[in-house]
Amino acid sequence: MPEPSTPEPVISLRGATATLGARPVLRGVDLTVHRGEVVALLGANGSGKSTAVRSVIGQVPLTGGTVELFGTPLRRFRQWARVGYVPQRTTAAGGVPATIREVVASGRLSRTKLRLPGRADRAAVDRAIELVGLTDRAKDSVNALSGGQHQRVLIARALASEPEVLIMDEPMAGVDLASQEILATTLREQVAGGATVLLVLHELGALEPLIDRAIVLRDGCVMYDGPPPEAVGQHALPGHDHVHPHAASEPVRTGLLS
Amino acid sequence: MLEFLNPPFMQRALIAAVLVGITAPAIGIYLVQRRQALMGDGIGHVAMTGVGLGFLLSTNPVWMATLVAVAGSVVMELIRWYGRTRGDIALAMLFYGGMAGGVMLINLSDTGSNANLTSFLFGSLSTVSEEDVTAIVVLAAFVVLVTVGLRRQLFAVSQDEEFARVTGLPVRVLNLLVAVTAAVTVTVAMRVVGLLLVSALMVVPVAAAQQISKSFKVTFVLAVVIGTAVTLAGTVTSYYQDVPPGATIVLLAIAAFVVLTALATPLARRRARGRENEADRCTLEVPAARPASDDVRV
Repeated sequence: MPEPSTPEPVISLRGATATLGARPVLRGVDLTVHRGEVVALLGANGSGKSTAVRSVIGQVPLTGGTVELFGTPLRRFRQWARVGYVPQRTTAAGGVPATIREVVASGRLSRTKLRLPGRADRAAVDRAIELVGLTDRAKDSVNALSGGQHQRVLIARALASEPEVLIMDEPMAGVDLASQEILATTLREQVAGGATVLLVLHELGALEPLIDRAIVLRDGCVMYDGPPPEAVGQHALPGHDHVHPHAASEPVRTGLLS
Repeated sequence: MLEFLNPPFMQRALIAAVLVGITAPAIGIYLVQRRQALMGDGIGHVAMTGVGLGFLLSTNPVWMATLVAVAGSVVMELIRWYGRTRGDIALAMLFYGGMAGGVMLINLSDTGSNANLTSFLFGSLSTVSEEDVTAIVVLAAFVVLVTVGLRRQLFAVSQDEEFARVTGLPVRVLNLLVAVTAAVTVTVAMRVVGLLLVSALMVVPVAAAQQISKSFKVTFVLAVVIGTAVTLAGTVTSYYQDVPPGATIVLLAIAAFVVLTALATPLARRRARGRENEADRCTLEVPAARPASDDVRV
């Protein structure tokens, strides 16, 4: 078992290929995330960014290439409590009512597995809810929440296992401005505490100051890997440097839509 | 006053009814949570072949139905894993094949008759034997053990399967366990409510409970309370009035759903109003072009 201080990358994807039906979605993607790094995976719809992230945690089978988490090949990786995963969702609700606390507590199962939760486990769940600023609503049904609050619940669920790496698939999709700020603050605290983060984003937005490195995918290939570009997505690609009416870092904040 | 407790067949029927009232919503809540509310219906159809086999081989139909229903539920779960494309067609084959096979087998057997068939399809209290009660008690104990003992794990898997896989939980095993437990519940409930109405008792008490609950825990407890209440009330009613127990129980459950839904509407409105007072009201000046009477409320 590797010690936390070992130098191997937290996430290492080498030459990854994957297909969806007959269509190639990943065509040889290399993606490395080192300890303490915050890496954003960018790209247009269908560029393979979601598939890349889901293959890292074994939710998409690769047709070629290798995945390693904390230096262990994915096939043999068992320490899931070290990984906090936020899937791409618009809702945290299921077919039956559940409170915020009940949903967040399920994130602790990577540590408790089949045993009963103890005091430390309950405290970790409370802390995770507090981190996303929902303590006063912990006993409310998730059905009563807004889109941004749903994302906060999903992130709290990932934080409940006190993970070393956070893997998030579009955590900002459909999130209002107030929740974006809270999510950015939560993430900043995690990063300050030494967490490693890999997240899929549509645009850098409120998270821009946190990002160490951006990887841009197009048609299942890495097009860019380096410091976060000024403008993102299609416009970040080489040879695409025209001036925008407004910079991506300055979204029009009328407050009307938030 | 409690003379319905005297005849031994009623004692057996009431034991079976209570166990059905507890187990059906207890596993049903996970099916509803996974949005597979009709799964129990499918298993009920498949169990019919088991009943038919039981008659043909002159063994206890409850155990045979359990065996076949469990096998059917495992096949359904496998179809869900692998057969993405034509999964629904495969399930339809399984359901209707199971039902047709059961009818055929019962007619081929010496002991089975159409009366027997009807009692399994719609439930019949007077035919619950000592042997059936033993089987029902053993099977119900298994269902309670799984649904209560593994509630945290089953909640996580039914709430968000993909997330559950990334927590390292044995998701496939847990999914199989839900399917098998649902199959066992179907055969527990078969004698009282009948195979065609089993699914109703898995779904309707849960649907009724969630009208007024905010948490999974309360929904679970309330669904079991409602389930037990309607199965007991339905069984006793069918003792005094000559009405089929299964239909009575299901109609009572639906009545509970209607009543709770009617109660929930003002409750939800009051909650919303409470939240509205806490929340910030509009503070922006409304442009002059807007008529003054147009009161903006959130």
